[in-house]
Amino acid sequence: MTQISVTVDGIKEVGEVEPRLLLVHYLRENLGKVGTVVGCDTSNCGACTVHLNGESVKSCSVLAVQADGCEVTTIEGLSQNGELHPMQQAFHDKHGLQCGFCTPGMIMAAVDLLKENPNPSEHEIREGIEGNLCRCTGYQNIVSAIQQAAGQGAGDAVQTTVSAIDQGANATAGASAGQSTGDAA
Amino acid sequence: MTVTEDRVEASGHSATDREVGKSRKRKEDLRLLTGRTTWTDNHSLPGMLHMAILRSPVAHAKITNVDVSGALDRPGVIAAFSGQDFAEEQGVIPCAWPVTPDMVNPGHPSIAVGQVNHVGEAVAIVLARTKAAAQDALEAIDVDYEALPVVLDMEETVKDGADLVHSHTESNTSFRWVFDAGEAGTGTSTDEAFSGAEVTVSRRFIQQRLIPAFMEPRSSLADFQGEGVTLWSATQVPHILRLMIALSLGIPEHKVRVIAPDVGGGFGGKLQVTPEEFLVILASRRVGKPVKYTESRSESLLSAHHGRDQIQYIDIAAKRDGTVTGLRVRLLADMGAYLRLVSPGVPILGAFMYPAIYKFPAYNFTCDGVFTNKTPTDAYRGAGRPEATFAIERIMDELAAELDMDPMELRRKNWITHEEFPFTTVAGLTYDSGNYEAATDKALEMFGWDDLRAEQQQRRDAGDPIQLGLGISTFTEMCGLAPSRVLGSLSYGAGGWETASIRMLPSGKVEVVTGSSPHGQGHDTAWSQIVADQLGVGFDDVEVLHGDTASSPRGLDSYGSRSLVVGGIAVVKAAEKVVAKARKIAAHLLEANEDDLDFKDGSFSVRGTPDTKIGIQETALAVFAAHNYPEGIEPSLDSEATFDPENFSFPHGTHLCATEVDTETGRVTIRKYVCVDDVGELVNPVIVEGQVHGGLAQGIAQALFEEAVYDAEGNLTTGTFVDYTIPSATDLPHFDTANTVTASTTNPLGVKGVGEAGCIASTPAVVNAVVDAVRHRGVNDVQMPMTPERVWRALQGDQDSERAAEGTNAYGGATTEDEKLLDTGGPS
Repeated sequence: MTQISVTVDGIKEVGEVEPRLLLVHYLRENLGKVGTVVGCDTSNCGACTVHLNGESVKSCSVLAVQADGCEVTTIEGLSQNGELHPMQQAFHDKHGLQCGFCTPGMIMAAVDLLKENPNPSEHEIREGIEGNLCRCTGYQNIVSAIQQAAGQGAGDAVQTTVSAIDQGANATAGASAGQSTGDAA
Repeated sequence: MTVTEDRVEASGHSATDREVGKSRKRKEDLRLLTGRTTWTDNHSLPGMLHMAILRSPVAHAKITNVDVSGALDRPGVIAAFSGQDFAEEQGVIPCAWPVTPDMVNPGHPSIAVGQVNHVGEAVAIVLARTKAAAQDALEAIDVDYEALPVVLDMEETVKDGADLVHSHTESNTSFRWVFDAGEAGTGTSTDEAFSGAEVTVSRRFIQQRLIPAFMEPRSSLADFQGEGVTLWSATQVPHILRLMIALSLGIPEHKVRVIAPDVGGGFGGKLQVTPEEFLVILASRRVGKPVKYTESRSESLLSAHHGRDQIQYIDIAAKRDGTVTGLRVRLLADMGAYLRLVSPGVPILGAFMYPAIYKFPAYNFTCDGVFTNKTPTDAYRGAGRPEATFAIERIMDELAAELDMDPMELRRKNWITHEEFPFTTVAGLTYDSGNYEAATDKALEMFGWDDLRAEQQQRRDAGDPIQLGLGISTFTEMCGLAPSRVLGSLSYGAGGWETASIRMLPSGKVEVVTGSSPHGQGHDTAWSQIVADQLGVGFDDVEVLHGDTASSPRGLDSYGSRSLVVGGIAVVKAAEKVVAKARKIAAHLLEANEDDLDFKDGSFSVRGTPDTKIGIQETALAVFAAHNYPEGIEPSLDSEATFDPENFSFPHGTHLCATEVDTETGRVTIRKYVCVDDVGELVNPVIVEGQVHGGLAQGIAQALFEEAVYDAEGNLTTGTFVDYTIPSATDLPHFDTANTVTASTTNPLGVKGVGEAGCIASTPAVVNAVVDAVRHRGVNDVQMPMTPERVWRALQGDQDSERAAEGTNAYGGATTEDEKLLDTGGPS
């Protein structure tokens, strides 16, 4: 076992891990941060994408020990002060998700994409998310969502507030308060 | 019945304020966007153990010994079991669709006892405190196998003297299912049609084996306590699963609770009762602890059921002027090693769709379902109908080429015109409504057909290495499964109704309980829109509950594009009952005759004195207090309705694809894709568009990218996402989509199913486009997936091209390792 110290979504975590433990398993199993998911075992699908020191990585391809001393941001840490990140908002606005399983990784990859290229063309967006697979949407509305977010400067990871949350977002927030539909309990 | 008579003019909301038809953003999204999801694998229970499965590495063998003792010595391991340990109690994985009375069902164990019949079959399990410990211990289990001959090729497997998959059966044929229009009285004999035909065209098409490849790997968590079990599972069918657990494992039905929490896609792949679900239940009962199993992607691709995998022999007869006179179809359908829930029914669903939108006078269909030593097949998006649509739309293009006719002209000459609905086809289905002309005209305009044809000619004349091809698919499909009596006549084991109930809470808020079980489709949003209109309440006042047999005890779940056209209509019917009950109470409170009440914008008012009114939400509070209500009725507005449709749903549309084919490399690029779908009235246009997009992606992927390939020993060589190449964003084009609206006449919302349409329609449009691009080079077919290599080989016209292009052992193709490797190409 090796001791590591990792800041995850702003919280400093210290723990003993097996050297072979993958970052994604550390997040899910050791920290209970199950917002980040595992979709494959060959680093193809990107569902587990998180930010490691601000850059997107597939957390199935990083050992937990490699994250020692690093900052990790997951989908759970993206929204700030109860407001969706512009990329999350854009996915909602543009129907960029259906089942939602690829969504955490897709959003984290998209945020990093805009950080590197704030005004990508459609082709550049498609290339930028090539490492993230979606089986539901055919990608078109994901591309639209990233285009919307690009227009709002979502690539700047520091500025994560949304200037105005429209009616639709309020409706969603309202619905979520009683969101027991799919809960297991 | 006419369209207008029975259409619901929802009484609750005035027309200008209707929720149905609005592109509402989804209620489901927030938790999915923020990682607050409830995927089965996210669940943990106190004392929970993790299960790992040792899977067979061989396709066909006797098991002579299993020794799990080594695993028990590993750290953290609590128990390990072989199939023998559950031999007396494991039941069988059910097949609910015995398509013929003499269908052979060899029996499907959850875990192999004595013999394995495909690679990936469960042989032993380990239970441990952590998932890693369970998986580590698998290597300490010893299994001795005695090899049996491996059966892979469908055309070989049905021959006399072929090696048998199941030694206790007489042959590898499970069933032969026949439909003859002459015998059924829906048309005439094909013998006559073909013997006197002016033109006939015959083709052998391969529907390659596909894998649904939902993004969320399957996961199940069983907590067996006392006599009963609670099962969380990544399933499309919690209600069917509950019943099958009761029937097959002998656990009393009322002691079984199944919960489908957030489910990450299905596409038919989670329309199943799986060995893994049974195993967690058996293991939890045995050790008295909760047990969870989550598959890896490799396990998923190997052991979750596959789809398609048919060889289609199709003959079409026509007159020289293009009038079609007969259609004959013979199928070999690979069931894999076992029959699963609806495996045999999948090709039979297709049987009714080969005649498609065309007026064939004669039709004959024969399907042999056969066993091979491969993963079982079952439903995958479209289930039988994509195969049918592919074959008919491909052979219409081949007939057009034979007749030297424009392929669209040939279709126009033969399709059902909009004045002819309702129309009963030669397959015996009555299509309620449609307008193929309108959808086609709109699609042609959006596509710019004439300009693209002109460009195609220019490129041909110039000898451009990049050739352009135009492909058509004018499809229809049957969905919205389905009228229970029809399913009964097809020997399906259950009905096709759906149930909804509505609970009016004291504060006027509304809970809708649906038997549909969404896994990405947005039912919470769409059902809220429907109920808001019906009851005249706010969209946000409605909460939709689903996916838990404790809270939604009756249902038949989501598949076959049935949720809206069956489940959504059940919601309408339940709401009508709520309004009827509220009307009596309101009349009592307003001291009026109930016949004198109007219901509009959520309020009952007395006709003539519109200010004398009470809202339905206020009525709910009055009913809760129950201080003042009429004699002889119950103080409750809650209502339940079960809807059994009178007919299937028949969405249709015209899909047009332009492809550029690099004749030097064989690479295919989609230049333009246009589709106009007619799915009746739209409840939420953005959700509809999303369903079409996703369907297109999967249909195009069949044409260009995906195939489950087995080597000569029966190993799946496409067992990871490295080799089973589902498309990424760069592999797909921008889709130009639109709708025409021809309302269904068989349900009160006028809606038709949409979940499978894009997937059914798109595959032949792409293949027709590629063949069109290179037909002048002598190519009249390219086997799917149309990898650059296959297109290139077809262009070379070399002696081996057909065989090589067919690829895998399944279809009489490559037999050497080198050839197999050549044929596993993916997205370019």
